[in-house]
Amino acid sequence: MVLNIVYFKFKIMNNYSIDLSSMPTTFDLWHVSLLAVVLVLALILIIVLLTMVIGMARRAKQVPVEVVKTVEVPSEPEIKVVEKIVEVEKIVQAPAPEPIVLKESTPDAALQLLGLLQKEARFIDFIKEDVSAYGDADIGIAARVVHEGCNKAINEYFTLETVRTDQEGSKVTLAKGFNASEVRLTGNIVGKAPFTGTLIHKGWKVSNIRLPKLTEGHDASIVAAAEVEL
Amino acid sequence: MNGLFGHVDQNNEHSTEHENHHDNDSEQHDTHLESQQADTQADESEGKRYSVGIDLGTTHCVLSYVELNDDDDDVIQHVMAIPQLTSPGMVDDKKQLPSFLYLAHEAEIAEGSTTLPWTATPDHLVGDIARNLGSKTPIRLVSSAKSWLCHAGVDCKEPILPSEAPEEVERISPFEATKAYLQHMKQAWDNSHPHAPLEQQDLIITVPASFDPAARELTAEAANAIGLNQALLLEEPQSALYSWIDNSLGDWRNHVNVGDVILVIDVGGGTTDLSLIAVTEQEGNLELTRIAVGDHILLGGDNMDLALAYTVKAKMEQESGNRLEAWQIQALTHACRDAKEKIFNDSEADNVVLVVPSRGSSLIGGSLRTELTRDEVNQVLVEGFLPEVAASERPVSRPRSGLRTKGLPYAQDAGITRHLAGFLAKQQSAIEDLEHVDLPENASFLHPTAVLLNGGVLKSGVLADRLLKVLNSWLVSEQAPEARLLEGADLDLAVAKGAAYYGMVRQGKGVRIKGGTAASYYVGVESAMPAVPGMPPEVEALCIAPFGMEEGTEAALPDDEFGLVIGEPVRFRFFASNTRREDAVGMRLDYWTDDELQELDEIEITLPEEGRRAGEVVPVHLTAAVTEVGTLELHAVSQQDEHRWKIEFDVRAGEE
Repeated sequence: MVLNIVYFKFKIMNNYSIDLSSMPTTFDLWHVSLLAVVLVLALILIIVLLTMVIGMARRAKQVPVEVVKTVEVPSEPEIKVVEKIVEVEKIVQAPAPEPIVLKESTPDAALQLLGLLQKEARFIDFIKEDVSAYGDADIGIAARVVHEGCNKAINEYFTLETVRTDQEGSKVTLAKGFNASEVRLTGNIVGKAPFTGTLIHKGWKVSNIRLPKLTEGHDASIVAAAEVEL
Repeated sequence: MNGLFGHVDQNNEHSTEHENHHDNDSEQHDTHLESQQADTQADESEGKRYSVGIDLGTTHCVLSYVELNDDDDDVIQHVMAIPQLTSPGMVDDKKQLPSFLYLAHEAEIAEGSTTLPWTATPDHLVGDIARNLGSKTPIRLVSSAKSWLCHAGVDCKEPILPSEAPEEVERISPFEATKAYLQHMKQAWDNSHPHAPLEQQDLIITVPASFDPAARELTAEAANAIGLNQALLLEEPQSALYSWIDNSLGDWRNHVNVGDVILVIDVGGGTTDLSLIAVTEQEGNLELTRIAVGDHILLGGDNMDLALAYTVKAKMEQESGNRLEAWQIQALTHACRDAKEKIFNDSEADNVVLVVPSRGSSLIGGSLRTELTRDEVNQVLVEGFLPEVAASERPVSRPRSGLRTKGLPYAQDAGITRHLAGFLAKQQSAIEDLEHVDLPENASFLHPTAVLLNGGVLKSGVLADRLLKVLNSWLVSEQAPEARLLEGADLDLAVAKGAAYYGMVRQGKGVRIKGGTAASYYVGVESAMPAVPGMPPEVEALCIAPFGMEEGTEAALPDDEFGLVIGEPVRFRFFASNTRREDAVGMRLDYWTDDELQELDEIEITLPEEGRRAGEVVPVHLTAAVTEVGTLELHAVSQQDEHRWKIEFDVRAGEE
């Protein structure tokens, strides 16, 4: 084996000519290892090319996604709304057990109501004050302001009705299939509808809301602006 | 999801309006629902026409409308809720647009917080927001612009309001403020009726019956200036009667008889307006004729609240020994208004607690408390504003002190009943020409047989009863039957509703109140007397327009000629009389009492050069016409070539 290699080197070095017609007559170790090297290189080339193609394909997919995002950025509040809708639609399509969705109340309406109650009735001022420092007479005076203002605001922005028109303390009978969110049963709840019991509280129901609209730039979290007199 | 629906709702202009219908016409519920559907279709299909009435009040504006191409006899009246800012950043729909304008300082309002549904940056802040901001910063608040329009001695196109503002505040003119209120209502209408812009609808704007020709002209001009060229003017008391007729659903003929004289008493927030309307017969049909109007009395509900507040203030200062500050009086006025209504509406409430809350965030401890009793309310309001007086009493007027600041000429006598007594006595001869109406020989004043009340103040039963009681005591003392109250009036919204109804009447659906001008008009001319040294030349009043000129008519040319110099302004003194009914054109009065003729602002004529030489003298007649709009127009007519020049009223130069 060693002899053979020495002979080959010797042959090239001696002749300085390459005989293209001469062929090895046997598969020696030299040629086998040469073939192995060629195969390994070819494999590496194929892998490199493949990863490049896949990589490019992925990048091509990502580009349009980014474009959509940049387009939607300026109108942030709307994006949120759209995303919410998509979620709901998915839920509807999925045959799997329905995931539980809890409604999230919007802070704007709550802030607005606080602002209105503060404006009409000094509501926050009253609640934030330490009542224990004052006598009942002083608190009574302030309570009039709050009561009158709240009454005005609630009447202006909400239409309130009682759930039950019966007299409180009277006997009422609830037929089968009554609305459990309108009437809540308490006490000795046994048996089946119709239920007969005493009306403890007649209940309140808002039948109409007319809250003022807010302008785009309005910061509802300022429920009462600081006031500086010049 | 909620947010999304909210968004969609805002874009749907009809939704708010429909809610509003519900509020108004609950009793006509069934027809009402149909009309909603019709309405929706209307805005889809173009070309719907409405008759729109605007009550351009001293303290509130109201817009009402009816559909014109409805073939049914059932007229459905709507009052449009007007979107307006209530505080920075908040927009609410309200039936009334407070007639206030606030000139905000640039540092006062945050950017983007004055957006209205139709514009992000309104020219002026009007409505609720103006009143609210102005209550804390009165130097920037424009109020009672309407009363200024009828104020002799000021130029209503000069920026003079707010009159108490410091130099630095940029003022605006009463005319500009009127324009701003109309503009707001126009934009609100156009926004909710995109296919039926206001400039294409029939439009009636109401004015006080006591408005002088210049004030009427300014109102019409304000409408023209914002593209509402078709606007017509209607007197408020007439409008209130139209509304009553409309409310009676055809039954009004059973409530009035031939020979009735209806007294319309309209006590609004800032003014008291009196009119007399006679019921006569023509070929078997009832006819209504407005026979007299009262003077412009600046006295109304706001005076009452203020009077109460000052009474309570005096009491509080006496109790505590501390002077109340301006903001406390402001809060007290507010509290008094609510307390007054409580006492009037609830016979059990004999005293109401008033609280003036502190301004800081500490509410408990810092607030002042007092009580308002029924006796005080009776004393101040009923006895103060509606005193039981004899029919022979007259409003007290003392000469104005020389140091009077240049403000509105508020009525000096707060006794509305005294003003009423004065009006009825002054108009005693108003029914002389009418066939079916008679007055007993011994009558010392004109006897009304029916009374129609209008204006928010008279919603209170106590005040309305007192007013009727006093009037009836006068009638009984002259053996005349008591006047009856015409029931069923909507005291807050009647004027706007009546105006919209009048639009239908003009199309021939319903009875029309006749009347024409409520005064005769005169120019002052120097009498042809030899000059007496040291004495100013005597002035005679030359009648150029008779009483009761109908819209669209022109008075005959008087014989008198004036030589006017081309290019040189000539001024005439100008007078009106709401009692001299028989004066014909060309009549010269050399003597009159202050009661008979009121001097209005001077009128000015400048003949332009138009193809003539400056300095040339042109002989002209002065003549008057009443336009279809309802304004008086004066012309100088050349005898040579029939050339006409319009004479302007608005030359109020501020000379007193």
